[in-house]
Amino acid sequence: MATLKINGEDKTFDAPDDMPLLWVLRDILGMTGTKFGCGIAQCGACTVHLDGNPVRSCLLAVGLVGNRSVTTIEGIGATPAGAKVQKAWLDLEVIQCGYCQSGQIMSAAALLANNPQPNDSDIDAAMAGNICRCGTYVRIREAIKRASGEA
Amino acid sequence: MRAQKESLHALSRRSVLAAGMAGGFVLAFRLPVRAENKIEGGPDNTAGQFAPNAFIRIDHAGKTTLVMPQVEMGQGVYTAVAMILCEELDGDYSRVVLETAPPNDKLYANPIFGIQVTGNSNSIRAFWKPLRVAGAAARAMLVQAAAAQWQVDPASCTAANGKVTHAASGRTLGYGDLADAAAALPVPQDPPLKDPKDFTLIGKPLKRFDTPDKTDGKVIYGIDAMLPGMKFATLAQSPVFGGKVGHVDDSAAKAIVGVRQIVVLDDLVAVVGDHFWAAKKGLDALGITWNEGPNAQVNSSDIWDNLRAASQKDGAVAKSVGDVEKGLTQGDRFDADYELPFLAHATMEPLNCTVTLTPGACEIWTGTQVITRVQSAAAEAAGVPVDKVIVHNQLIGGGFGRRLEPDMVAAAVRIAKQVDSPLKVVWTREEDIQHDVYRPVYRDTISASLKDGKIVAWKYRVTGSSIMARWAPAIFTNGIDIDGVDSAVDMPYEIPNRHVEYVRAEPPAVPTGFWRGVGPNNNVFAIECFMDELARKAGKDPIEFRLGMLENSPRFKAALQLVAQKSDWGTPLPARTGRGVCLQPSFASFIATIVEAEVDEHGEVHLRRVTSAVDTGIAVNPDTIMAQLQGGIIFGLTAALYGEITIDKGRVQQSNFNDYRMLRIDQVPNIEVHVIKSGEDPGGIGETGCTAGPPALRNAIYAATGVALRRLPIDRAAIAVKA
Repeated sequence: MATLKINGEDKTFDAPDDMPLLWVLRDILGMTGTKFGCGIAQCGACTVHLDGNPVRSCLLAVGLVGNRSVTTIEGIGATPAGAKVQKAWLDLEVIQCGYCQSGQIMSAAALLANNPQPNDSDIDAAMAGNICRCGTYVRIREAIKRASGEA
Repeated sequence: MRAQKESLHALSRRSVLAAGMAGGFVLAFRLPVRAENKIEGGPDNTAGQFAPNAFIRIDHAGKTTLVMPQVEMGQGVYTAVAMILCEELDGDYSRVVLETAPPNDKLYANPIFGIQVTGNSNSIRAFWKPLRVAGAAARAMLVQAAAAQWQVDPASCTAANGKVTHAASGRTLGYGDLADAAAALPVPQDPPLKDPKDFTLIGKPLKRFDTPDKTDGKVIYGIDAMLPGMKFATLAQSPVFGGKVGHVDDSAAKAIVGVRQIVVLDDLVAVVGDHFWAAKKGLDALGITWNEGPNAQVNSSDIWDNLRAASQKDGAVAKSVGDVEKGLTQGDRFDADYELPFLAHATMEPLNCTVTLTPGACEIWTGTQVITRVQSAAAEAAGVPVDKVIVHNQLIGGGFGRRLEPDMVAAAVRIAKQVDSPLKVVWTREEDIQHDVYRPVYRDTISASLKDGKIVAWKYRVTGSSIMARWAPAIFTNGIDIDGVDSAVDMPYEIPNRHVEYVRAEPPAVPTGFWRGVGPNNNVFAIECFMDELARKAGKDPIEFRLGMLENSPRFKAALQLVAQKSDWGTPLPARTGRGVCLQPSFASFIATIVEAEVDEHGEVHLRRVTSAVDTGIAVNPDTIMAQLQGGIIFGLTAALYGEITIDKGRVQQSNFNDYRMLRIDQVPNIEVHVIKSGEDPGGIGETGCTAGPPALRNAIYAATGVALRRLPIDRAAIAVKA
């Protein structure tokens, strides 16, 4: 059995060490907010935070998480940056199908937590790993600026 | 399978005949296939509440439930449908509850298709009148019930926010209080509809119902279904289209912790495990030998050779005006061919389906654009009657036409039949890309003549796969696929001699399907590209050239003039930078789009700015319309810049987002959308941006480099600076 701190709570589960965190979250713990998109860290749908840093959970072996605390889309609203991002996302109606948006919001929240006033190239660098097939990028950019208090 | 096909066939035929479409297909997609655009089926008789039709239920507490006939896949249809219903109902919009329609073609058929389908950008076009009538009928009954109770003239009462008021006596009753009395009244067939000037919801950029749960992980897509005791599976189908399973060596797979079962069927192998990871590891560890069958030598170059040969033949005539052959002898004649590649859908939510089988019954969870077809497919696969299949349709993580097919459901049920527990089948991204139904390859051949700066004659032939012939065979008549010629038979321009032909040419091996933008994607691309080439031959500005052929088309003209103004058309640009325009009639909307792009010395294309002007009739929710244009344009530009599925030895060569690329945020400029005010009935919007982007980009590249590209995706080598 292993234990991880996820969204501030200790969660205990039984999984092989090489199993990606994504599948522990989704299929063992039933936390389905984090999404499977590609399985090769190309799309960012599976983004979660480890100690506040965005990582792709589809390739991260759960055995490598160690003592770092995990934050997922279910818990990001409890952080100041996460709450701002979620609000801006709704204020500007960023979302369409929404499937990639857990990952987009996690990437945006990590960006704002580390860099409260990102410029366009900061946004590009932080968000280019997250694919949105519906093409919500124009509004994602606006919403990050809104959340940062710039626009 | 046969029973399912026959019933669909019958349905389609009935629908076609009802609309009088059998004699002429032109713009058939714009015609209601049922007379007067009315939904069949009587009131929903759910006990204890007022339910005058299948869309509205009001209980004694005044709780108003609106049933969504169309599926939400990001296009905002739930919100638009709720706005339309609530507008005419005069319900309390802030308190309505939305519910997904169950599979029931009688109650919830899309009036244009005759079965439950969300596609072809027609939800609002199809349901505009039926939903207004449904809301207005309910309102009239509630008002009548109140008037009867007060013994006053119904005309002296008003309704708003879920209440009826008699101002003269100062009395008010909530809809919940009136539910029983209203339910006893006859449903008016022809209730008066509001004058659009009195709309209080329609036309406002109201917030969406579906988005709050999409910000915090609460939303449940098909892939998120979780059942007690559930196992997880993933599958492999033959890499060569049509191949069958030969031999399976499962010794290594069985040794993997968490692997529970290997399911070997005629055409696929699935591994069942305690979680997807075990299933995936198990699948990777299998040694599968495939009997590749007759398609093992098919490759892209043969497919193109076949298509090019087929395009030399005369086609079925879809439209003919004037005398095109004579017209082509007048003035200067020009000819061109355009070619578009296979494309995968690559919805962000990989294909999936969750199944529970019990003796004689089947229950499934998935996200589909065709809920009754999925129900039939599950029934067929499970060997149970259709009415024993319960379908829980979920919000969809991207449809784009892929979920107009039931194959993922049939496969999941067939696998689940071999497994003694509820089963969730999830496809890997690789399986999703390599076992899609692909946007077909198309070839369009055009001849035109120019005289005094105007087009005298236009001869257009589209050659490609008919998706309609497979998907709705009754609609494929006289050798013509009405989707295949959509936006070609009704191109915006006034040309005295016009001729449009259709040649059906099915590619070997590769299954084809509807892809966002459907037929218009192909036709608008070819038409708008050639327009720019002809404008240059005529020595005219591309917008001026188009305006010269739009004398009697005020809506096209207005869109084109507005986009020219908003995009700063005609102002100077740096070297190797250009603007390109696209004008399109597709999905009953009038849209002009301008892309501004720079081509660097290596032939890389940098998007600088996109501007669109949209007349889609009454804009039910203008913010949704802007969002659909913004997103659709990116979807289309992604295809133009990167999209191509190629075939080698009968196999798809691409597999995931590393080799089937998507535009990313750092490549996307601002996209400005201007919605034109209109009092006309609403047009379609979900696919329009996808159609607009590619020709506008190609024309921008033409303006920037002088190179007239005639194939997609963009060929970097052709537009690089030559050494």
